[in-house]
Amino acid sequence: MKITFRHRQSAHCESGVTANLLSHYGEELSEAMAFGIGAGIFFAYLPFIKLNDLPLTTFRNITGGILKRTMKAMGCRLEAQTFRNPSQGMAALDEKLAQGTPVGLQTGAWWLPYFPEAYRFHFNMHNLVVYGKDGDRYIISDPVFSEPVLCLGSDLSKARFAKGALAPKGKMYYLVGTPKPERLPSAVKNGIKTACRAMLKTPLPIAGTRGMRFLANRLEKWPAKLGEDKAMLYLGQLIRMQEEIGTGGAGFRFIYAAFLQEAATVLSENRLAKLSGDLTDIGDHWREFAVRAARNCKGRAGTDDSYPAMAAIIRQCADREEALFKELSRIV
Amino acid sequence: MREQDVPQDEGIAEGLKEVCYAVNQEGRYVLAASAGWEPKNITNYQAWEQIGEKLADLRREVQAGRLSPLAYHMARNQMDLALLAQYTGFFRWQIKRHLKPKVFKKLKDPLLRQYATLFRLTVEQFLDPATIDHDRIPGQPQPTPEKP
Repeated sequence: MKITFRHRQSAHCESGVTANLLSHYGEELSEAMAFGIGAGIFFAYLPFIKLNDLPLTTFRNITGGILKRTMKAMGCRLEAQTFRNPSQGMAALDEKLAQGTPVGLQTGAWWLPYFPEAYRFHFNMHNLVVYGKDGDRYIISDPVFSEPVLCLGSDLSKARFAKGALAPKGKMYYLVGTPKPERLPSAVKNGIKTACRAMLKTPLPIAGTRGMRFLANRLEKWPAKLGEDKAMLYLGQLIRMQEEIGTGGAGFRFIYAAFLQEAATVLSENRLAKLSGDLTDIGDHWREFAVRAARNCKGRAGTDDSYPAMAAIIRQCADREEALFKELSRIV
Repeated sequence: MREQDVPQDEGIAEGLKEVCYAVNQEGRYVLAASAGWEPKNITNYQAWEQIGEKLADLRREVQAGRLSPLAYHMARNQMDLALLAQYTGFFRWQIKRHLKPKVFKKLKDPLLRQYATLFRLTVEQFLDPATIDHDRIPGQPQPTPEKP
């Protein structure tokens, strides 16, 4: 049994699932558009949250936010369910599939056997769409893979009921209602407004462009405070967060630039196309930071790769992003 | 990033191509496949080397009889006491006891099987980490097994 569903590979799982589900219901939407309408772009440095003993940095908004916001903005609703009992959860999935409904799942990446070893860790916010079943194997559109994948029911069940932080509890979701194409322009505008607010006006000094400067100040002091070895581990974690699979490059800056380019067409607003180009340059600057940080991690730092020099790049990114989002908020 | 500059530095991704957003010659954004990027490879190896060092330490501790094999497998599966407690339904203090070789030796078969299944191992593999001959770092040549 297989529902006709078009799988498209995307950079990020959540925006990919959002775009693919909406497209299935007739609203042809790119991943970048789903990401932008969902106001996915963000920044926060959260030194008090530790992952493998290293501080967390995020370049996107809170997980789940893109799905919810984009669906709502396009005029449909996401019906979501969680389960206490795995067999009930799997039965509910089968029932929905039998009705011809593609079903989105929140899963723990650790248990998905088709994940390459390097990406298997206890991360519980991985999204995918199930759109068929062949014997005891489910047919899955996992947005970060180029082709649809197959997964045994027993493995999928483990992934759905993974434990730990943000445990999915078998969460499944599907679209109710049909997307309304006439809402697209206002959805785009509101998405930009929300992103501008988050980047410029979050009342916390650790978030948005202020958060970038906060990171720059802290980063400068890492070698003195932590010692060279630990400082390198902090840098490594930061680069992984910025460039790890799922950001599309430069901590989602490129994917948001792609959104701005499309938004320029939707809203017939040339200034957005220009800002898209600006954001591409900012993204390239973030990548330059990654190159220098990686040289440090490899113990090959040159004179241009000192911690103050790297902090300076982040401050420049902060200044330029602040200017960019201010101009964006004037346009919409 | 321009389309022709999308990096293709193979490494940690082991052949998986991921999507990057890049600008083509007409200035339009396109989705481009990337095999990997060197800064990313470097920082990922850094993380795996950390895990590898920890595992090598634990392996020695287990062989020296100072810790039970559970300590090694817990780390190998990137679990801590809290997560393992959730997966097994045991209390943390119970798991802590199981880390002691003396207590571990007396554990009954069903309990061992429960741990082994969770770690996707046979009971034999679970009892003797020596049966796992290396701690692999993805995307890098296999290390030769340590000779005792």
